[in-house]
Amino acid sequence: MLAYKFDWGVLWRQPYGEWLLQGLWLTIQLGALAWVIALSLGILFGTLRSVRFWPLRILGALYVEIFRNIPFLVQLFFWFYAGPMLLVKTLQFKINQISGLNYYIAIFGLGLYTASRVAEHVRAGFASIGHGQFDAVLSTGMTRLQMYWYVMIPHALRLIIPPLTTEFLTIFKNSAVAMTIGVAETTFMSYKIDEQTFHGLEATTGAMAIYLALGMTVVKLMDLIETRFRIPGLMSR
Amino acid sequence: MDAVLKNLPYLLGGFLTNLQLAAFALGGGISLGALVGLGRISKRPWVYYPVTLYVNFLRNIPLILVIFWFFFVMPILVGKTMDPFVSAAVSFVVFEATYFGEIFRAGFQSISKDLVSAAYSTGLTYRQTAAYILVPIAVKRMLPSLITQSIITFQDTSLAYVIGLQEMVRRTTIVDSLEVRSVQLYTFVAILFFVICFVGSRISLHYEEKSRKAKVL
Amino acid sequence: MIEIKNVSKWFGEFQVLADVNEVVQRGQKVVICGPSGSGKSTLLRCINGLEPYQKGEIIVDGVSLSDPKTNLYKLREKLGMVFQRFELYPHMTVLRNITLAPMKVRKKSRQEAEKKAMELLDRVGIPDKAGAYPANLSGGQQQRVAIARALAMEPACMMFDEPTSALDPEMIQEVLEVMIGLAKEGMTMLVVTHEMGFAREVADEIIFMDAGRIIERGRGDEFFKNPKSQRTKDFLGQILK
Repeated sequence: MLAYKFDWGVLWRQPYGEWLLQGLWLTIQLGALAWVIALSLGILFGTLRSVRFWPLRILGALYVEIFRNIPFLVQLFFWFYAGPMLLVKTLQFKINQISGLNYYIAIFGLGLYTASRVAEHVRAGFASIGHGQFDAVLSTGMTRLQMYWYVMIPHALRLIIPPLTTEFLTIFKNSAVAMTIGVAETTFMSYKIDEQTFHGLEATTGAMAIYLALGMTVVKLMDLIETRFRIPGLMSR
Repeated sequence: MDAVLKNLPYLLGGFLTNLQLAAFALGGGISLGALVGLGRISKRPWVYYPVTLYVNFLRNIPLILVIFWFFFVMPILVGKTMDPFVSAAVSFVVFEATYFGEIFRAGFQSISKDLVSAAYSTGLTYRQTAAYILVPIAVKRMLPSLITQSIITFQDTSLAYVIGLQEMVRRTTIVDSLEVRSVQLYTFVAILFFVICFVGSRISLHYEEKSRKAKVL
Repeated sequence: MIEIKNVSKWFGEFQVLADVNEVVQRGQKVVICGPSGSGKSTLLRCINGLEPYQKGEIIVDGVSLSDPKTNLYKLREKLGMVFQRFELYPHMTVLRNITLAPMKVRKKSRQEAEKKAMELLDRVGIPDKAGAYPANLSGGQQQRVAIARALAMEPACMMFDEPTSALDPEMIQEVLEVMIGLAKEGMTMLVVTHEMGFAREVADEIIFMDAGRIIERGRGDEFFKNPKSQRTKDFLGQILK
């Protein structure tokens, strides 16, 4: 059984240690950039699902259901393999010229996928605010658009910080799936170390520690944000 | 749709693998999850802390990484190379049990302390109370969440792709490399997953509605 | 059969029970009354080991709860308990509620357990509800099932924790009647309640508790007519209005 010789040095010996750090940097990039997309689209579609005009509600619902019920890996492969083929020939050619295309597709796919989950949280946030506030704001003469932009969305966002934290954590975890299209993030690197050294166990354990540290940092960050933007009087923590 | 139809049996065979893997993952994950849930509400520190550590640790780590980790670990423990299906199944059970565990925990916590006291007062042991009272009630109450999490688990089986398991996504990529009819193929696999997951989420909503109306349990 | 010696209990800093002493003989009916938070329910739960206590000793039928070797499960079989909110298992039929413990703890066969269960249901007056679920029963019916469930384990003593406090007035009587019937048959009973009419009729001894202490105890009429302590007088004054 234990004919295996552990080699934990693999984690910091060059170049492997550096690989892991590079991977971490990419993980952070993927997560952060995709999160920007996820928040923007998520707020948009979450709002769409809550408006009076039912065709928009259907659109929002369609978006959420489609992106929620297909595994992220399948979505990613679709964009990566099938995506370019959906474009007109000229665009297709241009796209295939981009180096590091998989990086951009990963961010795009991750953002789109996570947006569907954010949208649901946003919708729940609106639902818990209640009609009183709707009516109060509208009676001051604001248009619906202004109401959403200046009042409802900021309010809902503060309410849903806990579930958003979970989604933010999840986005970093899902970023690992990008390794399947060759993005050199943390998990990819740990696998690469195994290919070179056959010490995949140590490498993946090291990667686990990295994700753990990342997760704790994210939670701390979101805690700070929550405190900074806390609504006095409302039960938050 | 010709590439799809030509390779239908091959692709569907892969899909079957996803279903089988999900079946194992759910059977093991839910059973272990019930135990994890009990551990999370245990008053005995030597149970509570290790279980809490285990849950909080795994919830921070990507499933893909866990799948790799087990793939590397198991040959060391067992002494020979691992069948990807077995390795994946073990990874899933251990991983998904943390999520099911939290669902069970919520279910257990919704049961009034006095109900448990009533069971104990008739002489039932902890094990009997857990088996006949706590778990059945928790399952009934948390059924919508359990179904939703099961759907997620089913989707996650696609990740077994990374250790070479001959499940649907891998087979789709294999066919794609031969036929290069990517749009068809990936749309097909997307639709297949979509149908199952969408139906599942409707079932979950149905139970949620039912329990909301009845408020019986 | 139950001896409580100098029992004290704290929840953190807060003292819930203070130097409680009491002896309950076989066949005796003891009623405990007092304001909420006086520790009455906690005392009951200490007796069958549902709650631990820090000081003193409780001995049930010769077995001390402080002894680490004591098998709490076996001890609980001797003490039946009925709760304020009935606490029937919502996912099981009335019959199964009653037969679960006898089958799993006493290893009785299904027929044996069900036969006994039907007898008990008959005794509490609702044999027709055997196949129903608790949610379909009224509060009074649920409580009677709870009594039957406790009786199914053939306890030597029955403890009641405010059995009628959660019931609508019209249902209180049906439950009290069952309890009076039990008393007449000679069951040892420990009842926490505000129902003074019941206490008058059935109790051998009435205990008044406040802030974790036993303030006064007395027999029947003497207790009601000549309470010795001021606090007892105040409490009775409120209850008996």
